[in-house]
Amino acid sequence: MTAVLDERNAVRRVASVRRRGIRRGRTVGLVLAALASGLVLLELSLGSVTLPPDDVLAALFGTATPQAEYIVGEVRAPRALTGALAGAAFGLSGAIFQGLVRNPLASPDIIGITMGASAAAVVAIVVFGATGAPVSVSAFCGALGTATLIYVLAWRRGMSGYRLVLVGIAVAAVLSSVVSYLMTRAQVRDAQQALVWLTGSLTARTWTDVAPLAVAVVVLVPPAVLLASGLRPLQFGDDAATGLGVRVERHRLGLIVVAVALAAAATAAAGPVAFVAFVSAPIARALVNGNGPALVPAAFTGAVVLVGSDLVAQHVLELVGIVALPVGVVTGVLGAPYLLWLMSTTNRTGRA
Amino acid sequence: MTTRAVGEQRTRTRPARRAALGAGLLGALAVLALFVVLSVCVGSVSLSPSVLLDVLAHYDPTNGDHLIIGTMRVPRTVVGLVAGAALGLSGAVMQGLARNPLADPGILGVNAGASLTMVLGISAFGVTAFSGYVWFGFAGAAAAGLLVHRIGSFGRDGATPVKLALAGAATSAALGSLTTAILLTDTEAFDEFRFWQVGSLANRELAVVAQALPFLAVGAAAALVCGRLLNILSLGGDVARSLGVNLAVAQGIAALAVVALCGAATAIAGPIAFVGLAVPHAARVLTGPDHRWILPYSMVLAPALLLAADVLGRVVAPPGEVQVGVVTAVVGAPVLVSLVRRRKVAAV
Repeated sequence: MTAVLDERNAVRRVASVRRRGIRRGRTVGLVLAALASGLVLLELSLGSVTLPPDDVLAALFGTATPQAEYIVGEVRAPRALTGALAGAAFGLSGAIFQGLVRNPLASPDIIGITMGASAAAVVAIVVFGATGAPVSVSAFCGALGTATLIYVLAWRRGMSGYRLVLVGIAVAAVLSSVVSYLMTRAQVRDAQQALVWLTGSLTARTWTDVAPLAVAVVVLVPPAVLLASGLRPLQFGDDAATGLGVRVERHRLGLIVVAVALAAAATAAAGPVAFVAFVSAPIARALVNGNGPALVPAAFTGAVVLVGSDLVAQHVLELVGIVALPVGVVTGVLGAPYLLWLMSTTNRTGRA
Repeated sequence: MTTRAVGEQRTRTRPARRAALGAGLLGALAVLALFVVLSVCVGSVSLSPSVLLDVLAHYDPTNGDHLIIGTMRVPRTVVGLVAGAALGLSGAVMQGLARNPLADPGILGVNAGASLTMVLGISAFGVTAFSGYVWFGFAGAAAAGLLVHRIGSFGRDGATPVKLALAGAATSAALGSLTTAILLTDTEAFDEFRFWQVGSLANRELAVVAQALPFLAVGAAAALVCGRLLNILSLGGDVARSLGVNLAVAQGIAALAVVALCGAATAIAGPIAFVGLAVPHAARVLTGPDHRWILPYSMVLAPALLLAADVLGRVVAPPGEVQVGVVTAVVGAPVLVSLVRRRKVAAV
């Protein structure tokens, strides 16, 4: 009798903890979404002509002066939206990879996928003298091609996380030496332009950059979230997941395709912005305070990180007397202390 | 009776094996000599080996061919020899020390650290002579190596190959964006840096080699005496301690060798990936697991590989040339991939 009661109590307690966790996840997601929107609005209002928030809103609803409408609609909105969407795509992609490989250091920018985009883009810039859309297209194709190559090379009677990571690093090393080689071949001005692209930059984005990225995000996010429900069992290892009824191989391939496509689209639009994919998921997971992959919070975190870093790159650095730098420099510099933090905390908790 | 037979067999085979390995080392030296000759003779202007003999007999600075050999090919070959030997040795020590088959200065972020400090040197402190680079290269290489090892050792199971490789890649990315930040604001530094960054033996000054030579000598000596220590360390820390090895001292000597050799090689030739990775593996295939042989074999085979890659880079895309760092990456990456595909990596 008491045993049954105990059991019921235990079930109830577990259910309440779970509900609390889900509620916390939702709250964090909402707060992050609000923060991202706030940063986007801030990005729309700040600049050489600073517009007050009500002017920005008026411009968005088409009731402002033509000048304000031009500044907000044609100059700042594409930049801010590229930042937000690319950040979200990077964050989601990183969360999926880190969940799949079960290692906080694995993300598309570390294991060579964005390096493929970089090599293809540098070929376009330096060899063919391309600018704008062709660079983005070749970056997208480069990322997909590199990911396929890594997957094929890492496949050996099945897939394993560590082979994926190490083959990715090997492929990235070759590609980076190709990039270095091309840099010595070019005029120093072209090479420096390629370097800006390689850093990741949001300057001079137009609606033609935003549109394909937006389509990619809209198309890819639903399957990512759907497939991610299978990510939780995958975290316990292939055997456990198979035992829980997950079709491991097919599931993993689907997740990898979605994550690679997200990273490729984001890289094509914003360049290989360092560390956004890398840091977003762990930050989101820490905020949600759960064990799950926390995909949607990771996406919002990515948007917050990228737009926030762009604000720093555009406006804060000027205050301390540094010329405006590409956003990738800021995110990269943020990445270094994050690594140190990771080192100190994981050393203490002993978690891998 | 059987034990005596085994004992006799052992006494018979040990010297035989030693002789075979010694002969193999001589063979490797012969291969190296061949590539030295090729490196001096092959290029945009190909010269016959007889010209080389002429130069050795009486060097004539007014003769164009002699000038090419004396001012371009020989310095280049010397740089290749020195950097190659240093990379091979440091790779072998690193792999033995970390008991990690993937240890390589490129993979473990050492090159990225050297790059960052070099760019700082060029840009902030106005170092323009190659000779000034060495110190900056050292500092960066050592700091990055330590950092990566710390980051890669997180968690319960310590520094596994995958974790170290990921830590190296992540650290490289972080240091790389700092490097980029400097390069974007300084066109001159960028123009100088991009030719160092690719990893090349051409246009390096012998003065740098001369300056790095003491470090290389100390590093090489430390590495070569490490053979026995690495053999014992490969049995694991506990066994080594019970055999009376002072772990901290042993690891300190090995780490000193790695930093001195790696830092000097990177400062001289630029970041060259995969030589330090691939050569010790090849040496291990030839010699077996004894570090006392792996180390000298790596020291001889690595410059042979580096010179071969350099010669290949000179002839593959005339009239220009492909820098040696690119060739070694393209040749070396398949080695890493095949290592990874052989399941053993996870276990070592």
